[in-house]
Amino acid sequence: MNPEQILFILFGAVSLIGAIAVISFRHPIYSALSLIVTFFAQAGLFVLLGAHFVAAAQVIVYAGAIMVLFLFVIMLLNLGTLSVKGAMGSKLKGLAIILGILFAAEGIYIAVNALNDTAVASAEPAAASVTTTTYDIGELLFSKYILPFEVTSLILLAALIGVIVLVKRERQEES
Amino acid sequence: MENMPLLVLILSSVVKILIIVHMLIIGVMVMIWAERRVSGWMQDRLGPNRVGPQGLLQPIADGLKFMFKEDLIPNHVDKPLYVLAPAMLLVPALITVAVVPFGGSITLFGYEIPLQIADINIGILYILAITSLGVYGVVLGAWASNNKYSLLGGLRSSAQMISYELTLGLAIIGILMLTSSLSLRTIAIEQGAYPWQWNFLIHFPAFLAFTTAMFAETNRLPFDLAEAEQELVAGYHTEYSSMKFAMFFMAEYMNMIVGSAVVVTLFLGGWHFFGLENIGGPVWSGLISFGIFFLKTAIFLFVFIWVRWTLPRFRYDQLMNFGWKFLLPVALTSIVVTGTLWITTGSRLIVGIGNVIAAFIVVSIVAGLLVMNKTPEPAIQDDDSRFTPTALDAVE
Repeated sequence: MNPEQILFILFGAVSLIGAIAVISFRHPIYSALSLIVTFFAQAGLFVLLGAHFVAAAQVIVYAGAIMVLFLFVIMLLNLGTLSVKGAMGSKLKGLAIILGILFAAEGIYIAVNALNDTAVASAEPAAASVTTTTYDIGELLFSKYILPFEVTSLILLAALIGVIVLVKRERQEES
Repeated sequence: MENMPLLVLILSSVVKILIIVHMLIIGVMVMIWAERRVSGWMQDRLGPNRVGPQGLLQPIADGLKFMFKEDLIPNHVDKPLYVLAPAMLLVPALITVAVVPFGGSITLFGYEIPLQIADINIGILYILAITSLGVYGVVLGAWASNNKYSLLGGLRSSAQMISYELTLGLAIIGILMLTSSLSLRTIAIEQGAYPWQWNFLIHFPAFLAFTTAMFAETNRLPFDLAEAEQELVAGYHTEYSSMKFAMFFMAEYMNMIVGSAVVVTLFLGGWHFFGLENIGGPVWSGLISFGIFFLKTAIFLFVFIWVRWTLPRFRYDQLMNFGWKFLLPVALTSIVVTGTLWITTGSRLIVGIGNVIAAFIVVSIVAGLLVMNKTPEPAIQDDDSRFTPTALDAVE
């Protein structure tokens, strides 16, 4: 086993344990913290793939900014320990089972395909040694993926304006 | 570095890590002493001067006292997070320094060793990522303490971090555009040997915005809302004692040191100073460049202390207004102006002048708008309307 495989297993295990912990902890603060652990492990997986920029973006955006907002809201609303029965009820149980089965089937399908497909397995070491730099990402974003990039920017701008409009209206009604 | 044997690479890295981590910890002790002495000097009193020459051993006495104090864990705290929080603040402060280049390179036993622990090609993003994690220590410590003053401190801190992190990230984009690299080493090398070539002149408004945001990120005095003694006892670390309190304390000073080192690298020419760093052989030039970097960082740390004992604390709404209405527009303008002028003229001089003029115009416009919007307010005579809803209202 080479060091990369050991690291992959380590990061994969941490990210799985973190993900399970998110849904098993009763307290929202602990769940949020477990989610941060998962994001970190995923950033580690990105580094193993040579995608350093994506790894840094993952930590900055998700672990650094969004999760701080999560914690802020949890603390602001002073959420206590949630009881699963009270919050979810048994109505959603059926839906959860259906979605769970679908998701598990999807995962098994991908795993079986990956095991059968020898081309993927043999190409793996070559792909791992390639490091994607920010230069490459920028080049691709502004040439091949220029349309999706611009559309995403427009959607974000629309969301931004929407938030400002919503907040403004509320303020005027108050005064 | 590529043709270096693995053993040499590992050995040199371990030695570098040991030296830098120890310098950081000793630096923290010196900073605590310096802060007390400088504040004494500024307030026309002596400060600690009894333990050792000039009171230099005072931090060691303090450290011993911290270690022998009872490590009290109150009954009402959330124990796992209460214990974890100081470490979550200290560790990010320690590992940020890994990508900071603290000198040119030094040649020992025939191997050229760069004076940097890790030169990764996304260096500056790594710093932004790790510094953004420091807030968890404050927030979790505050929440786990189960104390309303601590919680208020934590809430303030998280809101402040989110607001000022944006400026921190946006202010450096101008530099990245001119250097076209994210590696801190390349950024430091690209700035020439002379002070008028350094980034702080080319990106002067961005430099001011970045430094201000840095002060906010380290929770230093004009921005220390999270531990405002007059309002919140001691803020997020009210319930902490002994070494756990000392860890919060150490993390603050470590953040200051690392922050200064980052500012020196990004804006103040790194280890360059009038070509002095090239004097001497391959060993001496490395040591001299390290010395220059060390001195620059020390001078900037003095500025940190100076500001702390000069400026009074912001009010919470002033803090938010300042961050969102002044710093953020200045940082955004610097991106637009730097990009446009660099593409059209390609002259660093014009970019520098344009940046200052544009920042001046933007600040004037914002200030004008604020003054214009303020005029109808006295007619309302409603004290509550002056404050935007803050964390304070929600907790009450």
